Amino acid sequence: MKVKMLSRNPDNYVRETKLDLQRVPRNYDPALHPFEVPREYIRALNATKLERVFAKPFLASLDGHRDGVNCLAKHPEKLATVLSGACDGEVRIWNLTQRNCIRTIQAHEGFVRGICTRFCGTSFFTVGDDKTVKQWKMDGPGYGDEEEPLHTILGKTVYTGIDHHWKEAVFATCGQQVDIWDEQRTNPICSMTWGFDSISSVKFNPIETFLLGSCASDRNIVLYDMRQATPLKKVILDMRTNTICWNPMEAFIFTAANEDYNLYTFDMRALDTPVMVHMDHVSAVLDVDYSPTGKEFVSASFDKSIRIFPVDKSRSREVYHTKRMQHVICVKWTSDSKYIMCGSDEMNIRLWKANASEKLGLTSREKAAKDYNQKLKEKFQHYPHIKRIARHRHLPKSIYSQIQEQRIMKEARRRKEVNRIKHSKPGSVPLVSEKKKHVVAVVK
Amino acid sequence: MTANRLAESLLALSQQEELADLPKDYLLSESEDEGDNDGERKHQKLLEAISSLDGKNRRKLAERSEASLKVSEFNVSSEGSGEKLVLADLLEPVKTSSSLATVKKQLSRVKSKKTVELPLNKEEIERIHREVAFNKTAQVLSKWDPVVLKNRQAEQLVFPLEKEEPAIAPIEHVLSGWKARTPLEQEIFNLLHKNKQPVTDPLLTPVEKASLRAMSLEEAKMRRAELQRARALQSYYEAKARREKKIKSKKYHKVVKKGKAKKALKEFEQLRKVNPAAALEELEKIEKARMMERMSLKHQNSGKWAKSKAIMAKYDLEARQAMQEQLSKNKELTQKLQVASESEEEEGGTEDVEELLVPDVVNEVQMNADGPNPWMLRSCTSDTKEAATQEDPEQLPELEAHGVSESEGEERPVAEEEILLREFEERRSLRKRSELSQDAEPAGSQETKDSGSQEVLSELRVLSQKLKENHQSRKQKASSEGTIPQVQREEPAPEEEEPLLLQRPERVQTLEELEELGKEECFQNKELPRPVLEGQQSERTPNNRPDAPKEKKKKEQMIDLQNLLTTQSPSVKSLAVPTIEELEDEEERNHRQMIKEAFAGDDVIRDFLKEKREAVEASKPKDVDLTLPGWGEWGGVGLKPSAKKRRRCPVVLLSRFLIKAPEGPPRKDKNLPNVIINEKRNIHAAAHQVRVLPYPFTHHWQFERTIQTPIGSTWNTQRAFQKLTTPKVVTKPGHIINPIKAEDVGYRSSSRSDLSVIQRNPKRITTRHKKQLKKCSVD
Repeated sequence: MKVKMLSRNPDNYVRETKLDLQRVPRNYDPALHPFEVPREYIRALNATKLERVFAKPFLASLDGHRDGVNCLAKHPEKLATVLSGACDGEVRIWNLTQRNCIRTIQAHEGFVRGICTRFCGTSFFTVGDDKTVKQWKMDGPGYGDEEEPLHTILGKTVYTGIDHHWKEAVFATCGQQVDIWDEQRTNPICSMTWGFDSISSVKFNPIETFLLGSCASDRNIVLYDMRQATPLKKVILDMRTNTICWNPMEAFIFTAANEDYNLYTFDMRALDTPVMVHMDHVSAVLDVDYSPTGKEFVSASFDKSIRIFPVDKSRSREVYHTKRMQHVICVKWTSDSKYIMCGSDEMNIRLWKANASEKLGLTSREKAAKDYNQKLKEKFQHYPHIKRIARHRHLPKSIYSQIQEQRIMKEARRRKEVNRIKHSKPGSVPLVSEKKKHVVAVVK
Repeated sequence: MTANRLAESLLALSQQEELADLPKDYLLSESEDEGDNDGERKHQKLLEAISSLDGKNRRKLAERSEASLKVSEFNVSSEGSGEKLVLADLLEPVKTSSSLATVKKQLSRVKSKKTVELPLNKEEIERIHREVAFNKTAQVLSKWDPVVLKNRQAEQLVFPLEKEEPAIAPIEHVLSGWKARTPLEQEIFNLLHKNKQPVTDPLLTPVEKASLRAMSLEEAKMRRAELQRARALQSYYEAKARREKKIKSKKYHKVVKKGKAKKALKEFEQLRKVNPAAALEELEKIEKARMMERMSLKHQNSGKWAKSKAIMAKYDLEARQAMQEQLSKNKELTQKLQVASESEEEEGGTEDVEELLVPDVVNEVQMNADGPNPWMLRSCTSDTKEAATQEDPEQLPELEAHGVSESEGEERPVAEEEILLREFEERRSLRKRSELSQDAEPAGSQETKDSGSQEVLSELRVLSQKLKENHQSRKQKASSEGTIPQVQREEPAPEEEEPLLLQRPERVQTLEELEELGKEECFQNKELPRPVLEGQQSERTPNNRPDAPKEKKKKEQMIDLQNLLTTQSPSVKSLAVPTIEELEDEEERNHRQMIKEAFAGDDVIRDFLKEKREAVEASKPKDVDLTLPGWGEWGGVGLKPSAKKRRRCPVVLLSRFLIKAPEGPPRKDKNLPNVIINEKRNIHAAAHQVRVLPYPFTHHWQFERTIQTPIGSTWNTQRAFQKLTTPKVVTKPGHIINPIKAEDVGYRSSSRSDLSVIQRNPKRITTRHKKQLKKCSVD
């Protein structure tokens, strides 16, 4: 008599090697896994809560400067190297991994107004209140040598800012006019002006490298074409723009940090209306820098906080502040888009994570979980409970109260406008959109 | 007074003289004292002040009597002003000297030329420059538009954008830089070198390479010959095919086809013996061909050719034969392959014929309908329509014969057809004795039907019309003692073909005629292509099935006057009092009826009540039924609790398996008939519900759908999970992300560097700077 037995094929359940994952048969029948929406909702809720729990963005504070930090620069080829210039004319080079200062140079008398690195990272340039432009070697001097600049250019007026070309041995300074310099010469190869006020900052376009943008204290932003040696267009805003920054992924987009607490993202081809008005700060915005991915930017403000804005949103997604951080003067987003540095009045450079709750160094499973949580948060972001938790931030009392105040003021203004429209002849009072409100004029 | 004035003028003169002298002094003492000069200016000012005292603000123009190096701009005399300086005046003194003739000529030429327009002012020029430059730059930038758009919409962006090439050097390069150190390695390399084996780049020896490249002569020749042969064969084959294709003889092609068929059959037989599986496949293919044939209208005598033949068929035997052939071909193709008893096959054949008939009939109905607008045609209420469907007897048999038999026709259609044909024959013989019917033979014979199925079809159509006619005449007999002349019998048939007969009521005079009108209207309604109506018919027909004669009787009973009167149709009402007023009223009502029909089913109040009733029902707590399969019966998957268990519900069982739901609190809208208050809303759930539709979504179901599709690995396979959870932006830790470059996205970056361009057009660059430089040098 034949006896029938249960038999299994070992191929179905035995691993080929010890390193293989165990095969886990799963049944995806939806009937066996009910309540998918409520379950995912709860998961999303938990993920959101955990995100807030683990949101600890502050990494390190680099101290050593003996005066407020006025400018920052990234090394183009080394992630860990950062340069900073202070209000007492001192330039320091920092190592971020070791979190210490590796070199100190007394570069100028008075403020270091601007600092920029050469595109290859071998040297850097500084401008100061002493009307000089100095070029320095990135590596320190040999033992026994003195710290000496490679070149020094003595100008006639104070230079307030400097930026280096992204590909060639050309740099631009600003002050009374925008000067374009060849590194080899002591005279500018080109200088461009439009108006008579002092220009506070100049920036090269990183993609179409012949384009420059500058902002002056007579409230305007001027664009220049270096190749045609001519200004292109000027836009005048409500208040002074402190600095601008070009989007590194979108050639014609730049963002301006304005005194009126807002940031304006412009398409340089259509300056009459900003693409987006970013408002959340409660004091003048002093500096702005794009993430290298071009999706977000960080802004430093006089209100002692830095904020991260998505490019296409008008509200910030994150605000960073500490008790000891004073007016933030300069801010930079590192080239791997993971960290943010900010230099402030109280002589410190602070290092932050760009994503507050991001865990550094993930295993693949952790990565999968992170991605899943991220997607869940995205999926359920409109649910009120989740939205409330995700948006909650603790703020210093001063900022908080100022926000309330601003809100009241804004509401009052809005109400007044609405009333005016309501009580006047239809069509006589035009309804001006928020975007158009801040642009005074565009000059050709 | 005069003396006094004279003295004054003298004084002034002396002063003037002094004044005139002063420059001379100044000339001398220019370097010595500045004070003197100052004094002079003061004096002049004083003079001016005095001169301006007498009301008129006039400046006294000083005369220049002597040359001086520095001339005050105030002292330039403008004597003789008002006269224009003309070129001729200047040229006058030149006249005499002949050496300047050429110059004069040139000058005269200049004079004849027009003046050039003033150049634009500097600001204007700059503005134009800027505008041009801006447009140029904007154009340059617009090439980035697609890239930016693509990146913004990208599902995933991985940074850094540029691919980092892995720095893997080929082995040869590594080897070249590598030296043998250990004795073993040295030995190996020695051996390699001795035997002239390659160590680096091409790992093959030169000999090997040569041998690889070369092909022996014989081999090459063979290959060539082979190729030649193949080419020749191909050309032969092609030529043959072309030749055969050109043959026009039908007979030849027929023979070829037959031969092929035979061959195929033989092969199939062989295949069945050898490889049953393959044979089955073949069979399936044939089956498929059959299906295709059944679906298509090919070989169904419906084409252009077939129609033309059908006209000829009566007179031309050949045409008839051709048609028959085509039909037989169709039959052959649609025949099932499983060969069973002969009779069955035959029946299948008849079925096919039936199928052939069906579409034509349907078409006919549509053709009747598609002339006028159905809304305008309608003059009866829906009630009468229903009545009409019951009342009209003629259409039904036809429908049964054709429409219904299509779905379930087995033996019935044949029988019915036979009956119809027989009747038809009888009618004919009754009416026209002399005329001999073409299809006089008993209709049962299958052969005739097959041969002249087209004829049969046409005959059937005629028959149906005749039947209608017959019925009307009978009814007329019943109502009005059969006084209607024979001629009137013929009347309805042509009327049937005319759809627009609404104008008729004016001409109606007798009761009989009116009745007829009503009937005809019924017919017309019947003809309308109303799906609902047809559905009703098909529903009704099974009831009316039993047998054709019986059916007829039934129909005759149904169409009596009483029945007509009981239906509340306006047309019937008009029967009682046939006045024009009534008719107008009827028209109005018809109109209203039409509108009502157009908006049928828009009964808002009833809908609301129904909705409320449903809501109340839904909100009532439900009883819980706990009966399970098994328990004293067979168990297993997919079993239902036995009927016994379900049926029997004594108190004990009820209490055990059926949990009665407790009576809920009374509804809030219990006493509010016009209100539905939703009691389901849970205020605690509101915190977890989205109140406003989020931005990118345009409709709530889109949003709901995104929420309802789970993305977790619990519900999705691993691959799908990975795909669903891909992050939008991926950055690698420790990698520098450079700004996007033209080369990254496939654009050609400008070849010239920005610097070189600047140096190429230095025009405007240096003007300002040059000045500065000059100043600096002066300083």
